[in-house]
Amino acid sequence: MSKARENTGSTTQRNMIQAINSAMDVCMERDDNVCVFGEDVGYYGGVFRATAGLQEKYGKTRSFDTPINECGIIGVAVGMAAYGMRPVPEIQFADYIYPGLDQLVSEAARLRYRSAGEFTAPITIRTPFGGGIFGGQTHSQSPESIFTHVCGVKTVIPSTPYDAKGLLIAAIEDPDPVVFFEPKRIYNGPFDGHYDTPVLPWSKHPASDVPDGHYVIPLGKANVLREGSAVTMLCYGTMVHVTAAAVEELGIDAEVIDLRTLLPLDMEAIEASVEKTGRCIIVHEATRTSGFGAELSALVQERCFYHLEAPIQRVTGYDTPYPHSLEWAYFPGPVRLRLAIERVMEDVSGNL
Amino acid sequence: MASDTERRNLPPLKLHVPEPKFRPGDDADFSDIVIPAVGETRRPDIADDHRDMPDLSYGLVRVLDDEGKAAGPWDPKLDPDTLRKILRAMALTRAFDGRMFRAQRQGKTSFYMKCTGEEAVAVAGTFALDRDDMTFPSYRQQGILIARDWSLVDMMNQVYSNKKDRLMGRQLPIMYSTKQGGFFSISGNLATQFPQAVGWAMASAAKGDTRIAATWTGEGSSAEGDFHSACIFASVYRAPVIMNVVNNQWAISSFSGFAGGDETTFAARAVGYGIAGLRVDGNDALAVYAATQWAAERARTNHGPTLIEHFTYRAEGHSTSDDPGQYRSADEAAEWPLGDPIARLKKHLIVIGEWDEERHAKMDEEVATQVKTAQKQAEKNGILGHGLHQPLETMFEQVFEEMPWHLKEQMQDMLDENEAANNVAKTR
Ligand SMILES: Cc1ncc(C[n+]2csc(CCOP(=O)(O)OP(=O)(O)O)c2C)c(N)n1
Ligand SMILES: [Mg+2]
Repeated sequence: MSKARENTGSTTQRNMIQAINSAMDVCMERDDNVCVFGEDVGYYGGVFRATAGLQEKYGKTRSFDTPINECGIIGVAVGMAAYGMRPVPEIQFADYIYPGLDQLVSEAARLRYRSAGEFTAPITIRTPFGGGIFGGQTHSQSPESIFTHVCGVKTVIPSTPYDAKGLLIAAIEDPDPVVFFEPKRIYNGPFDGHYDTPVLPWSKHPASDVPDGHYVIPLGKANVLREGSAVTMLCYGTMVHVTAAAVEELGIDAEVIDLRTLLPLDMEAIEASVEKTGRCIIVHEATRTSGFGAELSALVQERCFYHLEAPIQRVTGYDTPYPHSLEWAYFPGPVRLRLAIERVMEDVSGNL
Repeated sequence: MASDTERRNLPPLKLHVPEPKFRPGDDADFSDIVIPAVGETRRPDIADDHRDMPDLSYGLVRVLDDEGKAAGPWDPKLDPDTLRKILRAMALTRAFDGRMFRAQRQGKTSFYMKCTGEEAVAVAGTFALDRDDMTFPSYRQQGILIARDWSLVDMMNQVYSNKKDRLMGRQLPIMYSTKQGGFFSISGNLATQFPQAVGWAMASAAKGDTRIAATWTGEGSSAEGDFHSACIFASVYRAPVIMNVVNNQWAISSFSGFAGGDETTFAARAVGYGIAGLRVDGNDALAVYAATQWAAERARTNHGPTLIEHFTYRAEGHSTSDDPGQYRSADEAAEWPLGDPIARLKKHLIVIGEWDEERHAKMDEEVATQVKTAQKQAEKNGILGHGLHQPLETMFEQVFEEMPWHLKEQMQDMLDENEAANNVAKTR
C-alpha cells in the first residue's frame, strides 16, 4: 500500500477493475479529449469490464468498440493524438499486442523525436497481462521487457487498486506514450502465490480504499512496501503480493520494493535500498532471458557493486511458452522465492 | 483549395459508430435481411474468370428451400448415404460440444467453445474436400475433425490437458492440432492461420502437388491485417486455397458492423483483391458443400483462390467466459431467418423419403452414447488440475528441437523446486 496518500475526500471500496474504471471516468470527466476504445470496450464495457458504464456516460464517440485489429487500434490512437486528443486504447490481452507493435515501436514511440516535438503521441495503451488464470500461452504472457527496450515509451504496472487508479491517471495525463500493464490475476483480489488456498477479495485489503476523485501517483516513483535490512526484493504487479507473502512466511527482514513504473525507473529508491541491505533479489513472472530482471541486475551491479555481499538473484518464469496444465509448476511461487532467498542469504563461507 | 468561408456553411463533421439492430430486451426482427430465393444465385463455370463474377459476392448460394427441397444450379446431388453422414457428423459435433461445455462448468477443464448453429460450415465443407487437403482452422471448426472421423477421446484428452493429451497439456482447450488429420495447430492469436494457409498452398503449387489448402476465420477476425495479407498473397500467386470467412454475426460482444459488415459483404473483399468470391447460406449444408466443392475444383485446376463468406449465426455464447444476454437480444437465435443447419438437413432427408423422426431420435441417442463413452475413457486419463498431467519435464521439451544449456539448467531448477515443495508438504 502507498504511504504518501493525498487527502482527496471521499473514498469507495474498489477492486482493481473498478479502480481502473474510476481513473478513466475521472479523466474523461475532466478532459473531453480523453477517449477509450478497443475490442468489446464500448457497449459491453470490456471483457474484464474495465470500461463498463463509460459509453453510457460519455457517449459512443468517446467510448467505442473497434474492429479486431490491434495495428489499427494503436495506429488510430496515434492519429487521434496527432489531432490533439488523448486516446486510451485497450488491447484485450497483452498477448495480442504484437500485431500493433509497428505502430507503437516505430511510430508512437518516436513521433516526438522525429518531428522535433511538433507531433506527439500522448496515448495510454491499457492491457491485461500475466498468468495464473489457466489462460494457456495466449492469455498469460508478460511481455513488458519488449516495451522497456523501446526508446520513447513508458511502462507502468500497478499492484493495488489504489495504485492502479493513481498511476493510470498519471499515465493518461502524461505527455508521452505509456503502456499500462494490468496484472489480471489480481483484478479481483491480491494473490499470495498459494494457488490451492481461497483467494482474498480486495475488500479485505486496505489498498482497496480508493479515493473517488482525482489523484496521481507520479510515474517513476517506486513504493517501498516493507522496510527491511536483510535483502532488497524488487518486484511489480502480481509478484508484489507473492513476494510480500513469502517474506512474511519466512520471517525474513527483507525490504520489498514495488517498482510501479519500469520506465522511467526509480533508481534512487533501488540504490538506497541495496546500499543498505547489500543483497538483491529480482522477481518477475516474465520469462527470464532478456527479461526486465536482466536490466535491473545490470543497473544494480553497475551502481551498487561495492555494497553487494552476494550475487544478485532472479526469480522468474521459465524460458518456455506459458503452459496450460503445468501452470503452477511454471509460476514463480513461494518455493522458488524461498530457494532464492536462501541462496542470497548464504554468507561467503556458504553458511546460512 | 477550398476556402474557409465555404466550409463555414457546412454542418460540423460527425463520427459514425456502428450500432447493431438489437440489444438485450429488444425483439429481434430480421425481416430486412435480403435472402435471395433458391436458384437465384447463378453457378459460374469452374474455369470462369473471377472478373466476371463479382455478383456472386453479393448473392447467396442456396440449395435447400424452406420446404426442405433441394433445387437450383448449386444442388450437389449427393447420395442419401452421404447426406446422412453429414447429418450425423453435425449431430455428433453438437453432442460433443454440449458434453464438453458441461465438463467445463463442472470444473473439469478451464475453457470451452461451442460451434452451435454453425456446424454445417466446418462439417459440410470438410466433406467437399479431399481427406489429404490441408486445413488451417480457427477455434470454431471442431467439425472438421469430427467429419474426418478423428477420435473423440483424443480431442477430449486435449480439452482436459490430461496425461494422454498429445499436445502435452500445453495448449488451451480446443486448440487442437493433428498433422495426421490434416488439421493445423490452432493459434490463440486471431487470423494468423490465413496467410499460413496461403503459404501452404503456394508450397503445394510450387512443388507440383495436387493437394489444396482451406482456412477459416470469424468475420470479426477478418478485420486483422493477417486476413488482408493472405488475400494479397493468394491473389498475386493464384494460390490453390479456399479462404472461408464464417460470418456468424458476432465477435464476442461486437456485431459484424465492427468488422465492416454494415458497409459491404465479407465475400466482397474478394472483388478488391481480384479473387473469386462466394456468399453462401452457412446454415444450408448442401450450399456449403456445393460452394466448397466449386472452390476446391477451381483451386485444384490452377484457377486460383476463392473467398467464401458463410452467412450464419452464433447461436450460443462466444465461449464459457461470456454471457451473451448482456450484449444481444435473447431471441436472435430463434429468429434467425436461415434456421438451424441440423434441422434443415433433417427435414430435407425426410422430404426425399430417406429419413424419419424415429431414425433421427435413434441417431441422437447413438451420438449421445458415443460422446458419453468417449468422455468416460478420456477422464480415465485425467482432467485438468488433478495430477494426471504430463511429466513436469515436458514443459521444457520442444521449445527447440535440441534443448540449449539454459533450458536444461532451468529444468533442473524446476525439478529441485518441486522436490523442495514435496519435502515441505511431507513435514507439514
Ligand atoms: C490477435 C487477437 N486479438 C484479440 C483476440 C481476442 N479474441 C478472441 S476471440 C475474439 C472474437 C473473434 O470473433 P470472430 O472472428 O467473429 O470469430 P467467432 O468467435 O465469432 O467465431 C476476440 C476479440 C485474440 N484472440 N487475438
Ligand atoms: Mg464471429
